[in-house]
Amino acid sequence: MDRKIYLDNASTTYVSSEVMNEMMPCFSSIYGNAGSVHSFGRDAMAIVDKARDRIKDAIHARKANEIYFTSGGTEADNWAILGVAHAYAGKGKHIITSQIEHHAVLNACQQLEKEGFEVTYLPVDSTGLVDLAGLLHAIRKDTILISIMTVNNEVGTIQNVKAIAKIAHDYNILFHTDAVQAVGIMKLDVQDMEIDLMSMSAHKIYGPKGVGALYVKDGVMIEPLHFGGENQERGKRAGTENVPAIAGFGKAVEIASKNYIITNKRLKMIRDYFLEKLSEKVEHYQVNGHPQQKSNAILNVSFLGVEGESVLMLLDLKGICVSTSSACTSKSLLPSHVLKAMNVPDEVAQSSIRISFGNNISKSDVDYVVSELQKTVAKLRTISPIKVGRK
Amino acid sequence: MIYSKTILDRFQNPRNAGQISGANAVGEAGNAACGDVVKLFLKISENGMIENAKFKTFGCSASIASSDVACDLIKGKNIDDALKVTSADIIKILGELPAHKIHSSLLAEEVIRLAISDYYKRKEKATKAAIRKSKKAL
Repeated sequence: MDRKIYLDNASTTYVSSEVMNEMMPCFSSIYGNAGSVHSFGRDAMAIVDKARDRIKDAIHARKANEIYFTSGGTEADNWAILGVAHAYAGKGKHIITSQIEHHAVLNACQQLEKEGFEVTYLPVDSTGLVDLAGLLHAIRKDTILISIMTVNNEVGTIQNVKAIAKIAHDYNILFHTDAVQAVGIMKLDVQDMEIDLMSMSAHKIYGPKGVGALYVKDGVMIEPLHFGGENQERGKRAGTENVPAIAGFGKAVEIASKNYIITNKRLKMIRDYFLEKLSEKVEHYQVNGHPQQKSNAILNVSFLGVEGESVLMLLDLKGICVSTSSACTSKSLLPSHVLKAMNVPDEVAQSSIRISFGNNISKSDVDYVVSELQKTVAKLRTISPIKVGRK
Repeated sequence: MIYSKTILDRFQNPRNAGQISGANAVGEAGNAACGDVVKLFLKISENGMIENAKFKTFGCSASIASSDVACDLIKGKNIDDALKVTSADIIKILGELPAHKIHSSLLAEEVIRLAISDYYKRKEKATKAAIRKSKKAL
């Protein structure tokens, strides 16, 4: 009963040993402040520069200076939205995003609405895709920014980012994408994909928590959110560089981008095996999200007639860790905003759990998880007043 | 989120889950859209004593545990005393309930009232039918 199976990798991952090795010296020997002029400072700055280079290479940015380190994905999203809006407010005060964005984007947009900006929240279809015709329709003369996530964190649907970026640029509008769930899952080439700003995070790709980055294409204006050290991150993001975390982040991105093809193959194999076993053992469920155009790491399933949190709790008692919607929303009672936008009926949305696969799961783990799921769902269905299927 | 031992125990091994075939009072509270539906089945004796109580719940662990405790609290009580059971009584037995889960106990309180009101409705209907029958016989 001590078996523990972690299937919540979209929330966070463990830190890999390669990443840890990269970080360790920064705690004890290379502990200087990267802003200091002396050798301790220069050594620390060299670490930061190395990480910046690695990320530049991984996302095919033109210059390392286009990468700005932040405290994580949330700050990168907040900054992209607020920083661009404040910099371009003279040009226009309209922003377009989607209804299924992470709250780091949605709540930043709500903040802008309080400041007098207007925001269009584009709907999505039942697979979670933003409709391009709808996007074209929403564009106005005063639109300054379009922000659409690359991979959705709850259902895994992958947006047509390149097409959206092209549309944005046809109208001389900047394009930001939250790529937190995309790093290590797909090839990210900011030049080819015509991305102006892109948010990333370390702790979803076997890096440490508390660090992320925002890619800001050369020439794009952005107002800072942090004030203080004028030399930190070219005056755009004040605060002493989190050198150990940045070092780990650089390594994590390097590994993730180098291995994304093999990682995907493995994730797809595991995901497909899971679905195959599930179809053999459990009835009356639905998989939410796009059938093909989606991350192999994320699986969102509704077990009809039973509530998601109770499934999560029973699995947890068996050592299996999954989540309901995203960890950030699992304390709210409302059905997931993503599933709602996809027109999933409320009671089906309340029945959903998110299973997110990582490097450390085997087929025998999947066998165990599916057999526990079978028992869990059957048990909860016997005490549920909601009948599913024909009885 | 940390649940008390009692909640976890009641959630995993509910004593009163199921339904009563000859139930003469049924209540249903909540809706699936909000994530909770509680259905309560009661068997009430001629003299107004709750002889048996069972539930079926679609909801989180706190909801299932609350429903289970509610059944225990009203079993063996007469209707008037059962109506005095509140969410506070349920929480007392469950131990601490996380703030955002208080609604689970409120729902359990509500469903007791709804089931008992169903009992009175059925009784009224039966009485009216009896009166009609006796009038016809006259």
